Amino acid sequence: MRLEAKVSWLPTPFRSLLLFVVWLLLNNSASVGHLILATILAIFIPLLTFRFREPQPLILKPGLALKHFLLVLYDIVIANVQVSILILGSTKKLRPAFVKVPLDLSHEMPITILASTVSLTPGTVSAEIYPISESINNDVHEPQKYLLIHVLDLEDEEALIKMIKQRYEAPLKEIFQC
Amino acid sequence: MIFEWIVSILLLGGGIFILIGSIGLNKMPDFFMRLHGPTKATTLGMAGILIAAMIYFSVTTDTISVKEILISIFLLITAPITGYMLIKAAIHHKLDAKKGTKGLGKIEED
Repeated sequence: MRLEAKVSWLPTPFRSLLLFVVWLLLNNSASVGHLILATILAIFIPLLTFRFREPQPLILKPGLALKHFLLVLYDIVIANVQVSILILGSTKKLRPAFVKVPLDLSHEMPITILASTVSLTPGTVSAEIYPISESINNDVHEPQKYLLIHVLDLEDEEALIKMIKQRYEAPLKEIFQC
Repeated sequence: MIFEWIVSILLLGGGIFILIGSIGLNKMPDFFMRLHGPTKATTLGMAGILIAAMIYFSVTTDTISVKEILISIFLLITAPITGYMLIKAAIHHKLDAKKGTKGLGKIEED
């Protein structure tokens, strides 16, 4: 895990890249003027704002991150079809449940990404992260975190937890190396 | 015109998914289950409509239209967060879940 970037004038390289792309997309053009303006914005906005944020782990494996992103996109399509079938079927047959997934991740950014992917993928919506951060004392020992999720149609709790941990959490751990 | 066919199919498909999401919102028995339709079915529906818009404006105006990608990125970021805020509020107000919901004991007091 690394919190600081190698190049000091580029504290968050991927946020800069995102800003660059977003500026060009917003203007829907790639003319020289917009390219220069996008570069200036992409360098200066992170420099001015990164001190306001808590340092979060940086993406260390960009290739894997892209692969994971594509996998999640594919899963979203599958999830949509599955949930549509569940919705159109009989609601009496559904077995809703709350499930607690123990997390190996400890930083906010990776957990947020995990919670969002869980919300977008098959039959699950993330509900809460335990322990709630205000109630944590500043102990040296960091408590085990849990993600509470609501499942629309639960078949096998163990299998679901295993699936989420393997399919979504393991790649995130790799990408952020934490 | 083949592109008109593609655009129409994408628009129809997207519309159907959004309709299914709304049906889910109406039909499900409790709040927590209602959330599943809008957070998911709508994502694919919007994706279909946005891709259709991209193709249509790229073909008819001679410039490649890509700003729809931005809309989909914002949707992908905001949909789970809205869902999270709603379900957190529901838990805080201790809304009733459907009878037979497993694991209700896993909700901790806040």
